[in-house]
Amino acid sequence: MPRHKLIASESDVSIEVDEGKDNEFSLYYVEVEENSKGGKEKQATRDGKRRRERNGEVSRRRASEKRSTEMGNKRAEKKHDKHHKTTRKEGEKDRKRPRRRNADEEEAEEESSKEKKNIKNERTKTVKLEDEKEKDVKKKRKKHVKNDEDDANPGKTKQKDCQEVALKEKKKKRRKPETTSESESHSESNSDAESKDNQAVGVLGSLTPEELEQLKEAVDERKKLITTLKGKPWPMKKKLVILRESQEFVEKYEGALGKGKGRKLYAYKVLMMKKWMKFQRDLENFKTACIPWEMKIKEIESHFGSSVASYFIFLRWMYGINMILFGLTFGLVMVPEALMGKPYGSMPRKTVPRVEEASAMNFAVLWDFGGYAKYSVLFYGYYNNQRAIGWLKFRMPLSYFLVGVGTVAYSYMVVIRTMARNANEEGGGDDTSFNFSWKTFTSWDYLIGNPETADNKFASITTSFKEAIVEEQESRKDDNIHLTRFLRVLANFLVLCCLAGSGYLIYFVVRRSQKFALEGLENYGWWERNEVNMVMSLLGMFCPMLFDVISTLENYHPRIALQWQLGRIFALFLGNLYTFIIALMDAIQLKRAEEEIVKKNMTIWQANLYNGTVPDNSTALPITVHPADVPRGPCWETMVGQEFVRLIISDTMTTYITLLIGDFLRAVLVRFLNNCWCWDLEYGFPSYSEFDVSGNVLGLIFNQGMIWMGAFYAPCLPALNLLRLHVSMYLQCWAVMCCNVPQERVFKASGSSNFYMAMLLVILFLSTLPAIYTIVSIPPSFDCGPFSGKNRMFDVIQETLETDFPAWFSKVFSYASNPGLVLSFLLLLVLAIYYLQSTSKTYKRVNMELKKKLQTQNEENKRKNKLAALKAANELEQAKKAGEQCSNSASDLGVNEESSSIDEAGHHRQAGQNGRLIHPSQSQDTQNSEPPVSSAHTTTRPPASRGHTASGHLPGHPQKNAHSNRR
Amino acid sequence: MGGTSSKLPKDLLSEYQVRLTHVMCLFRAHKIFSELQGGENGPYSSRVSMQKILTLPELKANPFRKRLCHVFSTSDMKDGSLNFEDFLDLLSAFSDTATLEIKSHYAFRIFDFDDDGTLDARDLEKLVNCLTGETDDTRLTAEEMRQLISNILEESDIDKDGTVNLSEFQHVISRSPDFVR
Repeated sequence: MPRHKLIASESDVSIEVDEGKDNEFSLYYVEVEENSKGGKEKQATRDGKRRRERNGEVSRRRASEKRSTEMGNKRAEKKHDKHHKTTRKEGEKDRKRPRRRNADEEEAEEESSKEKKNIKNERTKTVKLEDEKEKDVKKKRKKHVKNDEDDANPGKTKQKDCQEVALKEKKKKRRKPETTSESESHSESNSDAESKDNQAVGVLGSLTPEELEQLKEAVDERKKLITTLKGKPWPMKKKLVILRESQEFVEKYEGALGKGKGRKLYAYKVLMMKKWMKFQRDLENFKTACIPWEMKIKEIESHFGSSVASYFIFLRWMYGINMILFGLTFGLVMVPEALMGKPYGSMPRKTVPRVEEASAMNFAVLWDFGGYAKYSVLFYGYYNNQRAIGWLKFRMPLSYFLVGVGTVAYSYMVVIRTMARNANEEGGGDDTSFNFSWKTFTSWDYLIGNPETADNKFASITTSFKEAIVEEQESRKDDNIHLTRFLRVLANFLVLCCLAGSGYLIYFVVRRSQKFALEGLENYGWWERNEVNMVMSLLGMFCPMLFDVISTLENYHPRIALQWQLGRIFALFLGNLYTFIIALMDAIQLKRAEEEIVKKNMTIWQANLYNGTVPDNSTALPITVHPADVPRGPCWETMVGQEFVRLIISDTMTTYITLLIGDFLRAVLVRFLNNCWCWDLEYGFPSYSEFDVSGNVLGLIFNQGMIWMGAFYAPCLPALNLLRLHVSMYLQCWAVMCCNVPQERVFKASGSSNFYMAMLLVILFLSTLPAIYTIVSIPPSFDCGPFSGKNRMFDVIQETLETDFPAWFSKVFSYASNPGLVLSFLLLLVLAIYYLQSTSKTYKRVNMELKKKLQTQNEENKRKNKLAALKAANELEQAKKAGEQCSNSASDLGVNEESSSIDEAGHHRQAGQNGRLIHPSQSQDTQNSEPPVSSAHTTTRPPASRGHTASGHLPGHPQKNAHSNRR
Repeated sequence: MGGTSSKLPKDLLSEYQVRLTHVMCLFRAHKIFSELQGGENGPYSSRVSMQKILTLPELKANPFRKRLCHVFSTSDMKDGSLNFEDFLDLLSAFSDTATLEIKSHYAFRIFDFDDDGTLDARDLEKLVNCLTGETDDTRLTAEEMRQLISNILEESDIDKDGTVNLSEFQHVISRSPDFVR
């Protein structure tokens, strides 16, 4: 018999695994077959099922008998086991119990699933197992089945019993026999219910509504389990088994619950469901495959930690935004003008003037975006003010204006949305009550894969620990507060000096360049022509280093120091940018003065033209004048656009060149000169450079700010920026991987992302301000650009409203734009903002209060627990004393001794339950206390104790008796 | 058991992806795993020893790499070897989309060096030693260590039993601003 059992169980286990794979297919076959075979088959199966039901009952009865005997055994084992555990373990077990019970349930489910599979196999015999190696076992199993079918009742029950026994044995083997009887019975009832369910499918017709309800509930539960399975911290195998099992359950019963047609429909539904899931999965795969540079960034992440990777993710995000901006400007402005607008050379604004014609194709001029580049779709001045162009009647000026507004609006939307999302993700972690624990539990960056980075990380963690400890030790003490204050003030003063100096330098240079421009650039060399850009780039390069030196004076915490540093660089860049803009404004004023003169000259020229060539009554411009010869205004918009494009180009160039020289050349020199140098170059003075995340992010942000500012006057800017970002992605990835070393201070990026975003928002705002100012307050040039001839650029909206929309619409619009209405609307907006802000404030306060309440409650709980623990300890002591007294006084009465030990154990238990959180002290107590008790035993009455318990327990373990008695 | 080739059964794969893991590119995962197995004819259910797993570049610098293997291994031998399912478990727990519950659960088990279900002072000491690295100049002194551990326990040991259990751990972790792993 035992041999037989073993085989049965083995075959069962092996087949279960194999079946798992086939299940997906077989399930359908089962469904379909059941449907197709129809009535007569059903009758037969129903008969079979009834029979089985009877069997089930028998088997259950038998099983329960077996279980009861086994349970007895188990209990005995458990008792044995318990003695070897300390009391602390007991408490632990208490905690573990829920988990274990859970596990037991699952075990039971497994069990039932196996039963079910058995049944199914007998019924359908459709599952074909191709596995060669298992054929042996399978044959045996088939034989079994045949036997079972021959004499259905006894064989089957036997098999079931075998299974259960085998499972039990397995269970025993797998876990220590400390499962409580409670959970045991629970699992039993569970499995019983399962088996009942199993048979219920056969007699579904005769089910009561309540049972049906239960079944439905069970199905729903399983469904829920399936959907939440992903989030469960179980090993994969268990997940797989549970998934299979519950899927099977759901399919079987959900199909069975429907009637006739419902079943077919259900099968169809499931099929479609599967198809849909597969589609979703493919889509997801596709999506992940579509994320550009993912692998590159991951690789960098593994070498340099998440902060460096955060820069590249930021870069990629920027790239995405610029892609949209580029799409807008390219698709709605540049392409229509190039395709449908008047061709090059048809108008004065679309031709290179005669003076510049000779040098228009020179590389130096083109590189400066003069010549042919200036008179092309790349710049504002090329666009015609024709209202509608081409056969599509494309409203060019309107489109130009709306795209300009749209890019800014879109950028605002994206930045703010991202910020809000980041804030949501970061929310809740603001209280610092777990400073040390967080440092310990969450400080390791699991993305680090490079040993050097890991070393740096070790160092930084150690320093952070040490700092935290020192802070904790002397949080109040501060030695020379006056000196630090003085130094900090000094540092800030120095930084301010730097900022002012750099601002003045830029202003000076810009003014000088204007002088050069007035006198004609041809007389000057390369330096004079590119002075402004070079000075700005150089300042951007060297000032941060200076700030870094200055910040050592201040002696701030590294994180705070980093923020100061970022703030200062930000101020520097901003100052530079605004000086540049102010200088540009000056230039615009100059150009406009020039324009006035040109306008006057123009009329004179035209008069001359008419007088000279066509003395007659003709009113039209004669065709003989080539557009290149027509005098024209300076077109300040194109000038602004050109300035920005040049700035971007020179900025990009400096970035790349510093990258090549500062990083690559340095790395090469350090690497190869190290062999023949007097000191260690790699770890000594020059060493390799680090990747400067904050500086790079700031550079990126300012670059973007310039794009936003200049994009209105140079539609090519987003395209240029896209190119730049694309190149820098590859170049910087390469540079980082080949010539940078990981940072000394590896910090996590998750906290700083919103900091960068906030800076981006500020820059966006600051860069839209001048653009809006120029659009609103300066009249456009008279002879170039899409808005020429209008008083203001936004007049194009009004024009469109008047001519392209029905009359009532413009009427409505004019009413709506009535100052009274607008003002009241603004008032409403302000009120709404105020209201929302005040509510958010109250929410915040309520949140804080709740937090405080929770904290106080926590503390109270702690106190209570402490009290309870103390009380328990006291009781324990008293009990011990009492026990000692008892054992001393009644040394010759065995019964008394036992009762005392029972008492003690009871107290133990009580203590464990009341304050199960004080194990160590308690366990110590027991350890301390036990020797005297046992010594009392041994000294007073050694032979009697032996006589009483035949098994001969060790002295010092009185609980053993206690337990056996208690049961 | 073996008969199945190293090729993953398609349906198993779909199951993995849809229901069971947070891992996005399973094929890649499987490729890496079969490379670890060495040779392409190993059955997919066979195990890869811990030494081989530790050669992964992603794990080279991780101070918890041995713990990782031990925690995720379902091997009966307790040798830290992983089969493909265990490997998937590991990847799943470390993927971006894994839930906090999974992450905190496995983090706790990783930090629980003696596998007794609680983080006691010795576990914490080992943990801190792992975090501060092997070299002497980064290691904390005994005094600092004592202070640190008492501080940690002071903060996160809510029920004052001298150890941090799973629920306390999850409580602490869930409040953390940068539990991103």
